[in-house]
Amino acid sequence: MDKNLVCIVCPIGCRLKVTGTADDLNVSGNICKKGIAYAHDEITNPMRMVCTTVKIKGGIHSVIPVKTDKPIPEKYKLEVVKAVNSIELTSPVKMGDIIISNLFETGVNIVAERDM
Amino acid sequence: MEKYDIVIIGGGPAGLGAAIEAKKQGITKVLVIERDIELGGILQQCIHNGFGLHIFNEELTGPEYAQRFIDMAREENIDILLDTIVISISKDKKIKAMNTTGVLNIEAKAIVLAMGCREKTRSSIAIPGDRPAGVFTAGAAQRYINIEGYMVGKKVIVLGAGDIGMIMARRIVLEGGEVLAVLARGSIVKGLTRNIVQCLDHYNIPLLYNHNITKITGKERVESVTVAQTDEKKEVIPGTEKVYECDTVLLSVGLIPENELSRIAGIEIDRKTSGPFVNESMETSIPGIFACGNVVHVHDVVDFVTEESRRAGANAARFVKGEKSESESMNTIVSGGITYCVPHRIRYSAMPDKLDLFMRVENKYDKATIVINNQGNELVRFKKTNLTPGEMIKQSVKKSLFEKAKGDIEITLEVGGSK
Repeated sequence: MDKNLVCIVCPIGCRLKVTGTADDLNVSGNICKKGIAYAHDEITNPMRMVCTTVKIKGGIHSVIPVKTDKPIPEKYKLEVVKAVNSIELTSPVKMGDIIISNLFETGVNIVAERDM
Repeated sequence: MEKYDIVIIGGGPAGLGAAIEAKKQGITKVLVIERDIELGGILQQCIHNGFGLHIFNEELTGPEYAQRFIDMAREENIDILLDTIVISISKDKKIKAMNTTGVLNIEAKAIVLAMGCREKTRSSIAIPGDRPAGVFTAGAAQRYINIEGYMVGKKVIVLGAGDIGMIMARRIVLEGGEVLAVLARGSIVKGLTRNIVQCLDHYNIPLLYNHNITKITGKERVESVTVAQTDEKKEVIPGTEKVYECDTVLLSVGLIPENELSRIAGIEIDRKTSGPFVNESMETSIPGIFACGNVVHVHDVVDFVTEESRRAGANAARFVKGEKSESESMNTIVSGGITYCVPHRIRYSAMPDKLDLFMRVENKYDKATIVINNQGNELVRFKKTNLTPGEMIKQSVKKSLFEKAKGDIEITLEVGGSK
């Protein structure tokens, strides 16, 4: 493997060079240890937060923002939006309410970002 | 005429931060005037996460960050006028506003300006070609998609690699659209590096440096755009034009503080920030009129807006209570690659023990040192790495450093490895 990554843990944005295999990664270009952990996660199991909107009836607006309550495996990022687009909520909804629980058996819930 | 101690114009993060702080300082009659139908300002359409790391020590989305401040404002029993637009303010702090009930006349002992900023539009960058539907500012598209629930288009080109442009590129892909490219007009991206990674790289959206749109084509709706490479003077290189078929163009080409009301009141405006000149207390050139947030200078992080607005709110409260500062104003004068510094003026006696200076730089500097001088004496220096125009510098300075300072405070940048 020979991959270039930019660490996004903090605003410095170290340019990381990653070589070796998934079991034995060699990371260079990082200023701190967090860069190594970031590169490791990015190569072996990338995770993403996904934020999107859901339709809502009776609210101040016609959609309400929702998010994954923790990062979800990267491969699901577009599927999350599709799953959420197929439902419609009814007002009132409170910030933190679970909209979909345990999505794709990942243990990740979709929660409301605000009251509406 | 309705009378208030402090009236805050704008119910976004800056206005709410100032209002809550003023109330906490014991001011009873505080009013927030907001022109939208709800509080929270632009945060309500910034549904992505990354807000609140400094203030709450956790990563929140825009609406979550807003909700926390809205809840605090309710707990503090702050008066709020929604769906109400301020038409004018005067030097003697009389406010004229309007809503469906008619014209309102309000008198305040202090005013806090928190009107935020606006996006530059197609006309501010003068793109040639037709005038079809399908050309949006990135923030307008964000409102359509995230608040009103409309998709803006299917095949999209984003001009300008500002943060909102990159965030919207990702949002469009998530909603099933296609983003052909994000065009950076120079060799430096204005937005944050992490947004290049998490919005563009992670979604395989091409970022083309040194590119610009030379023509928009379309009768009813955008049909195509012509894109060309640009040289180091940002001028188009002939022969490099390429046509992209698309139905939508998003513009992420900069933000300008919204200061129509400040101008009506006769407040002095800094041409570099397009916001009011402010002192260490966030007070403008008119005593008792304060300003905070993006109306003063465009921030990249809302947490810094909150810090600044708490300062404005606390100082507006001090003004109402009649506290005065005796010491002379010293101007902060920038040079050597620093484009501006907020505050523009410092009064020693009114300084907190530690004062935050907010600055931006002109170029990318791997290593540089910020040096603060006064009348030929060096007061302090701060080594910095990885400075870039897109990332605001927040530098805290100790009050004690300025004890003997007089006249101008000169802030400059020494580029490269330092002594």
